Amino acid sequence: MAMSAADIEKHIKEGLPDAQVEIKDLAGDGNHYAATVISAAFKGKSRVQQHQMVYAALKGNMGGVLHALALTTSAPQD
Amino acid sequence: MTTIHDQIDNEVKTNDVVLFMKGTAQMPMCGFSGRSVQILQHLGVPFKDVNVLASDELRQGIKDYTNWPTIPQLYIKGEFVGGADIMYEMFQSGELAGLLKEKGVAA
Repeated sequence: MAMSAADIEKHIKEGLPDAQVEIKDLAGDGNHYAATVISAAFKGKSRVQQHQMVYAALKGNMGGVLHALALTTSAPQD
Repeated sequence: MTTIHDQIDNEVKTNDVVLFMKGTAQMPMCGFSGRSVQILQHLGVPFKDVNVLASDELRQGIKDYTNWPTIPQLYIKGEFVGGADIMYEMFQSGELAGLLKEKGVAA
């Protein structure tokens, strides 16, 4: 059971309502994606914390159903 | 009986650089783990590789230990640095080499 890019985007936006999300399907198997997430909620957070926030939004799918999600996160440029 | 948490705690506290990975440094079993090994070898930094595939308890335990859902995971001087993406980004920007120097790890 894999995840679609739309599912990933939906989950991330539920967790980070203001997020701008861009998903790239790396392998076409519903299992390997790259995602760029920009959200004001990341301001002042370390890279690890930012990624943890995205993983939390994915509610446990990460590492299970979703094997690989190459994440690039940042706060919006002021 | 030491818990899995204690075992992990001990590994990261007694080794300067620890990479929890799938497989071993000689035989990585996943592309992300393999790339992470290459980064550390490229930087010439000695590290302890821990194969999480060796035990399901360890494989789950490490994810609970840092509330980080994926493998590999890099620790420097007991501190969780990140997974494969963060390691790669930090390597490309030179931040990883800087952090190793700052933590006094021979490179």
